[in-house]
Amino acid sequence: MAQIVVKNVKKMFGDFTAVRESSFTIEDGEFFMLLGPSGCGKTTTLRMIAGLELPTSGEIYLDGEEISQRPPSERDIAFVFQMFALYPHMNVRKNISYPLISQGMPRAAVKAKVEEVAGILGIKDILDSPVGGLSGGDRQRVALGRAIVREPKAFMMDEPLGALDAEFREHMAEELRALHDRMGATTVYVTHDQLEAMQMGDKIVVMNNAVIEQFGTPQEIYDKPATMFVADFIGSPSMNFLPFQGKVAHGSETVRLNGHDEAVPTLLEGAEGDLVFGVRPEHVFLSDASAYRAKVLAAEYLGTTQIVTLQSPNGELKARIDARETLNPGETVGLKFRSSAVTLFENSTGRALRSALNDEVLSNG
Amino acid sequence: MSSFSVTEPSNRSKWIAGFLVITYALITMIPLVWILLTGFKSPADAISYPPKVVFDPTLEGYVNLFTTRTRQTQEFLEANPPQNWADEIVRQYDMVIVGPSKFGERFMNSVIIGFGSTFLSIFLGTLAAYAFSRFKVPLKDDLLFFILSTRMMPPVAVAIPIFLMFRNLGLSDTHLGMILLYTGVNISLAVWLLKGFIDEIPREYEEAALIDGYTRFQAFYKVVLPQAATGIASTAIFCLIFAWNEYAFAVLLTSANAQTAPPFIPTIIGIGGLDWPAVAAGATIFLIPVMIFTILMRKHLLRGITFGAVRK
Repeated sequence: MAQIVVKNVKKMFGDFTAVRESSFTIEDGEFFMLLGPSGCGKTTTLRMIAGLELPTSGEIYLDGEEISQRPPSERDIAFVFQMFALYPHMNVRKNISYPLISQGMPRAAVKAKVEEVAGILGIKDILDSPVGGLSGGDRQRVALGRAIVREPKAFMMDEPLGALDAEFREHMAEELRALHDRMGATTVYVTHDQLEAMQMGDKIVVMNNAVIEQFGTPQEIYDKPATMFVADFIGSPSMNFLPFQGKVAHGSETVRLNGHDEAVPTLLEGAEGDLVFGVRPEHVFLSDASAYRAKVLAAEYLGTTQIVTLQSPNGELKARIDARETLNPGETVGLKFRSSAVTLFENSTGRALRSALNDEVLSNG
Repeated sequence: MSSFSVTEPSNRSKWIAGFLVITYALITMIPLVWILLTGFKSPADAISYPPKVVFDPTLEGYVNLFTTRTRQTQEFLEANPPQNWADEIVRQYDMVIVGPSKFGERFMNSVIIGFGSTFLSIFLGTLAAYAFSRFKVPLKDDLLFFILSTRMMPPVAVAIPIFLMFRNLGLSDTHLGMILLYTGVNISLAVWLLKGFIDEIPREYEEAALIDGYTRFQAFYKVVLPQAATGIASTAIFCLIFAWNEYAFAVLLTSANAQTAPPFIPTIIGIGGLDWPAVAAGATIFLIPVMIFTILMRKHLLRGITFGAVRK
C-alpha cells in the first residue's frame, strides 16, 4: 500500500490540453475521488497514474519512487475499467488468475489465491463460468477480483459503477467501500457523480476544464467551496448564487445585499464590483421579521423536507425547509441566511473570497 | 409469437425467402455440377450434343489427369497384359501408362504457394493492421491509401516490370518469388480488412493486460489475437482464394519448376486431343482444398463478412 504524489502533471494531446499542471497527494490507504463533469481531465489523470498515458510533463511518485514514465506493468497498480474489460475468451477463474500468471506464480498458489479472492467477493460458484453470461454485478466483482488478487500498491477505478443500473449501484458502492476498508488499499476513483463521491470518498479532487478546482474532504468541499464551479457542482440542489454589486473590505462582517446588511463570516480580503453571495438551500430560513423579502414560485415536497423556489430581489433561489410549513405560490415571505455558512465569490473569476469560514481550507488547497 | 409480431417474419415471407435462396444456390451450383459430372464422362460423352445428363461414369478423366501414356503396337499390348484397372482403361485406346503426370507436382506447388502467401499476408497484415489501429503512425492516412492503391490497377499493368524484376533477382519460376508476389497483392486487402476488425476490439482489453503485467506484445498475441480470430479467418479465406486461383502472373512467371495448377490444367488439353474429362477432373480436384478450408472457416466467415453489424 502506498502514498501517491502527483506533482505539476500536465497532459497535452496535440494542441489540446487535457490536464493543466496539477498537483495533489493521495495518502496511504485513502479512498480518493477524482470528481468532475465529463471531459474535465479526471480519467486522463487516472490513466497517467496507472501508466496508460504518459504525462507531457511533471512527476508522479508512488511510495517515493518516480514512476511517471514507466510502463504500467512496472508500476504495481491495478485498474478497474468502466466496462470491466474482462477477457472475453477466458472464464472467470482465468480472468482472475491472469495477473498472477504474468508474475510466474506457481499453479497451486494461483489456485489458492483465486479461491481466497473469490471467497471475499462471494463469487466462488461462478468461477468456472464464461464471463459472457454474467450479470453486471458479477462482472463488476470479477473485475474487482482481478484487481485485488495480486495485492497491488494502489487501485485505480474508472467509473466502475457507471455501467450498473441505479438500483444495484447503491449496493455495489457499499460493497466497494467495505472492501476498501477491509484491505486498506490506496484507491483512486473517478466519477462524475457528486453523490457517489461524497458518499464513498475520504478525499475529493474536483476538476473542471483540465484544472483542479478544489482538493479536500467531502465536508470541506461541501461547506467551504473554493470556487463557484465547486459550489454549483456539489450538492443537490446546488448552492444559491445571489449576484450583487458592492464593495467589501478586509475585516468586514456584513455585506450590503439589496439595501439590507447581511452578516457574513469575517472577511480576510477586500473586493469590489460584481460579487456573488453564495448560500446553500439548507442555510436559507423563512422569517417574517426579515426585511429581505422574496416571492414563492414553487414547492417540491420531499417527505421530511421541501425545496422551495423563491424569487428574490437578487434572482431565483431555493430553500430547503421543514415539510410541515405550508407555502402557497405567489405568497411573499421574509428570508434569513445562516451567516456562518455564507461564502462570497468574485463573479468574474468564480473564486471564493477568503473569510473566517474558509481560510484554512483555501490555504492548503 | 403473436401473428402481429413486427420483428418475426410471417410464414409466407419465410417460404418466399427460402425459395429464392434455394433457386439462387442451384443456379450458382450448375457450373460446379457440370465440372464434377464431366470429370466422370468419357471424352465422347463429354462433347456429345445435346449434352448427356445420364451417362456411364468412368474414371478415364482422372486416369488421364494423373498419368502420362504412350500408344503401343498390338504385339506389345498382347505381350504385356494390363496390370490394374487404370491400365485397362487406357488399353481401349491402345495405350499404356508410362508414368505419373506433372499434375501432382503442380498441385503441390499451388498448395505451397497458396497457403504460404496466405500465411505471410495474414502474419504481416495483422501486425500492420494492429499498428495502424492502435499507434500514432506518422502519415497514417496516406500510408493506408498508398497500401490500397496497389489494388487500383489491373495486375497485368505491372506484369512486365515484375517479370523483369523477377528475372534480375532470380525469383522467376521459384516458389519464393510467387509467394512474395501474391503476398504483395494480398497484403493491402489483409491490412484494410484486419484494421477494421481490430478497430472493433475495445482497447480496454489490452490496457487491462498491460496493467496485469504483460508487455505490449504479449497483450497483442494473448488478448487481441484471440478476439480477432474471426477477422483473421475470413481475411485468410479471401487471400487464399485469390492466390489459389491466380492465373495471369502464374502463366507469365512460372514454367518448369514452380508452375501452379491454374496454368497447368489447360495444358492437359494439348496432350491427346481435347481431353475435356481430364480438364474437368483437374478442376474438380483443384477445388477441393479451398472448399475444405472455406467449410472449416465457414462459421467465422459468416460472422466476418457482416462484421461491425453485430457484436457478439
